[in-house]
Amino acid sequence: MKINWFKYASPTAFYPVAGRLVPVFGVAALALMLFALYWGFFETPERLGGTNPQKEYYRIIFIHVPAAWMSMWLYLVLAAWSAVGLVFNTRLSFMMANAVAPTGAIFTFLALWTGAFWGRPSWGTYWDWDPRLTSELILFFLYIGFMALHSAIDDNRRADQAAALLAIVGLVMLPIIYWSINCPDPNNCAALHQRSSVTDIESNILTAMLVMTLGFWLYSFAAAFARLRNIILLREQDSAWVRKMVDEAGAGPSSSPPPGAGAADGLDAGGHRASRGVSV
Amino acid sequence: MQGLIDFLSQGGYAFYVWSAFGMTFALLVAEVVVLRRSRRTILQRVGRLARLRTQNVPPGEPS
Repeated sequence: MKINWFKYASPTAFYPVAGRLVPVFGVAALALMLFALYWGFFETPERLGGTNPQKEYYRIIFIHVPAAWMSMWLYLVLAAWSAVGLVFNTRLSFMMANAVAPTGAIFTFLALWTGAFWGRPSWGTYWDWDPRLTSELILFFLYIGFMALHSAIDDNRRADQAAALLAIVGLVMLPIIYWSINCPDPNNCAALHQRSSVTDIESNILTAMLVMTLGFWLYSFAAAFARLRNIILLREQDSAWVRKMVDEAGAGPSSSPPPGAGAADGLDAGGHRASRGVSV
Repeated sequence: MQGLIDFLSQGGYAFYVWSAFGMTFALLVAEVVVLRRSRRTILQRVGRLARLRTQNVPPGEPS
């Protein structure tokens, strides 16, 4: 069977596809996250490590590491869709990039937040200007900058292109974060953050961590596709297919105001073409 | 009961563990709520604009 992938490169065609995918990814994400929580809290040892073990607080690992991985992966996705959009000038690619950004920012913030609450009992401080912590903070600012730059430019096409360029330039942070734990000389630079120890970690801990990562990943799909649908609706609100869809669904109870009241209402709240003002 | 208390106290590290998990839970739930609400807002506005057009608003009006 041959699938014409370009058929789905148009927002019109992808809108219903995304709508079908959101609940699938959402339910699967919820199931995986619940399983990972159960496994992490009840099937794992109470100590992590050998001679100087970390106590129960190490369980933050089950959200800290997955959130940190997602923060970097989602930035890669964001930059990749930005690049595809700049090269091929496809509208849906830019919309994808915009749909991913807030979810990526959330996971970056969570990596920092959970890291702070892990650092306090293990290092004795919530925050340190350690290379990895600092570079992750810059990644967070990059996500914020991407969204702020996009919303600061009124014309969607120009906003797409400017923000995409910023996203691609910001890609430089990913290898910096990745290698930030390799401090060449401990006397010159202090790297508090420990190295990745995925290979020698206890298998139950690893199971919970990896399942949570998969859960976060599927959650990101669900959230990004839901946001993508909102963005498509906002940008295509004047197109025939959105009008048709709204007209067909317009008989619903929530959208049938008394006659006459609707006109004034509409002029007040959305009488002028407002493609902004609703945060998605 | 004692098992629940033991679970919640997390060996004395309840503050750190639940602060981390609580914020994660709060932000993910908040994102879902915001997404649903903005979808509703957008559909309502698009629906209003559609009704405006059917109610014979003069074509010169911004719509």
